[in-house]
Amino acid sequence: MVRIDNVSFSYGPAKAGHYVRRGAIDDMRPSVVDGVSFEVRRGTILGLLGPNGSGKTTLLRLVGGTLTPKVGRVTLDGVDVARLPRRALARAMAVVPQETRTTFEFSVLDLVLMGRYPHLRPFELEGPADLAIARDALAATGTLALESRPFSTLSGGEKQRVVIAAALAQAADVLLLDEPTASLDLRFQIEIGALLRRLNRDRGTTMVLATHDLNLATAICTDMVMLRAGRVAASGPTADVVTAANIRAVFDVDADVQVHPRAGRVTVIPIGAG
Amino acid sequence: MTLSLPGGRSDLRRRFALTVGGFGALAAAACLFAPLVGSTRIDLARVFDRSQPFSANVDAQIFFVARLPRVLASALVGGSLAAAGAVFQALLRNPLASPDTLGVSAGAALGAMIAIVVHADFVVLGVSAVPLAGFAGSIGALAVVYGLSTARQRGTSTVTLLLAGVVLSALLSAVNAFVQYVADFAETYQAVRWLLGSLDVAGYAPIAAASVPTAIAAVGFATLPRVLNLMSLGSDAAAARGVDVARTERIALVSASLATGAAVSLAGPVSFVGIIVPHLVRLIVGADHRLVLPASALFGAAFLIGCDLVARTIIAPVQLPVGIVTAIIGGPFFLWLLFTRAR
Repeated sequence: MVRIDNVSFSYGPAKAGHYVRRGAIDDMRPSVVDGVSFEVRRGTILGLLGPNGSGKTTLLRLVGGTLTPKVGRVTLDGVDVARLPRRALARAMAVVPQETRTTFEFSVLDLVLMGRYPHLRPFELEGPADLAIARDALAATGTLALESRPFSTLSGGEKQRVVIAAALAQAADVLLLDEPTASLDLRFQIEIGALLRRLNRDRGTTMVLATHDLNLATAICTDMVMLRAGRVAASGPTADVVTAANIRAVFDVDADVQVHPRAGRVTVIPIGAG
Repeated sequence: MTLSLPGGRSDLRRRFALTVGGFGALAAAACLFAPLVGSTRIDLARVFDRSQPFSANVDAQIFFVARLPRVLASALVGGSLAAAGAVFQALLRNPLASPDTLGVSAGAALGAMIAIVVHADFVVLGVSAVPLAGFAGSIGALAVVYGLSTARQRGTSTVTLLLAGVVLSALLSAVNAFVQYVADFAETYQAVRWLLGSLDVAGYAPIAAASVPTAIAAVGFATLPRVLNLMSLGSDAAAARGVDVARTERIALVSASLATGAAVSLAGPVSFVGIIVPHLVRLIVGADHRLVLPASALFGAAFLIGCDLVARTIIAPVQLPVGIVTAIIGGPFFLWLLFTRAR
């Protein structure tokens, strides 16, 4: 449903009037995506893997339409994402960033209801239907009990589940997740991983997950694209992509890849720098 | 005191009505009762007594000619600064932002200062040279900040915008100090009086003139509340939820600066209202800008009317600059609220 067709991008001067996020240090580097192609099929979880600076986040922004490719195009069900109005795009794709901070004291329910923005007309207030959708999203992420808490008082794992609920309330077919577990401790990492897999199974939500965590990715992704220096180094079903040879080529790490006897799934054990 | 209920948003319409009704009644009451207080006591019933002509009704004359313009100027200035402050705080994602942050006030001060020093003496549509120059200065400052922040034809980054504003403020203040330094004593005295802020307007003409940019700003503000909620999560998060970030920033910057410029040109730079009122309002109505923005405008109006009432009566016949009173009343009240309601 989402096709990335020979996409290249560099952080040069953008087209006038086009929105580009700045201010973060990682945007100052001439980080590049170079001739990348792949397809995200409906109902799958696709992992974008690679070391820091390999272009994962940039690629995710290109898919989400906050950046526009210099070369090539991103299409959603055949429509060029760059031509879609922002609101229409937000109804189709929702984003879960690594961290969310609220400048002011919004409650959990306030935050989740903000996901309804692209569905509301100007000046329209959220109605009972929106409230029901928001509560459903909270229930699906196990955060219904938190709904009247101020968002800023939640733990890291609770915050991330609430942000995922806000993305679900957006009622988009595709969820784009940018390192959703990177600032969480081990237990919350596992919890969020399990939540994503359950949402994919129960709701059929398609996901694109940018991460450098190989074991999170092997645990939940059906497909994988490995990036190195902005180019696709390997892509395909998870089992085909996660190999010792690919990990050495992409991450410069010597690793064992084996089916773990107790976990019952492919597990990557880093041995040392390659 | 709090209007936010645990039930969430199904009651938003009711909360909106309560907020606007409550703060609106407060502002209206301030407009009606503040003119009654002063060196001559007047009576509200006699003010609106239709049995005698206006020319014979001393109370009505004092009310409408001598005192109401000043009260309405307070309402306009307080409301504009508070609403602009709320918008700047959300847009820059910085609770310390105020209408002064981006150099708009410093620009207005420099414009007014230059008009005073060169003895500019013209009147356009009932507005004299000093406020006109002040307004022009504020718009000039905004244009510089906005130009710098978009120089590379990208969306504005809040960090760039904040830094540009702080630097521009410092630069304009330095130029202002230089102009004051080379000015003669009488000019400097007039400039210092202007910089302290005064709501002692001459009649309704300046208020009518200032209400034009304020009205334009109000139209801009009306489109903003829900988008500002999303913008306060960050521009990326807002864009991902369907907000046109560049357009929102343009509307917010221009309308907040118009409101600030109008207020500063009418009354001089009245400090503190723009930063403190939005915070006070948030403590009462919560974070939702659909409540914060109208409540800030209405409460800012009432707050400044109250402060000006104190300023002109507390050591009458001497009138204090209102900026001193806003800080002395507002500061401790704000600290008290902050620490008694801290979670």
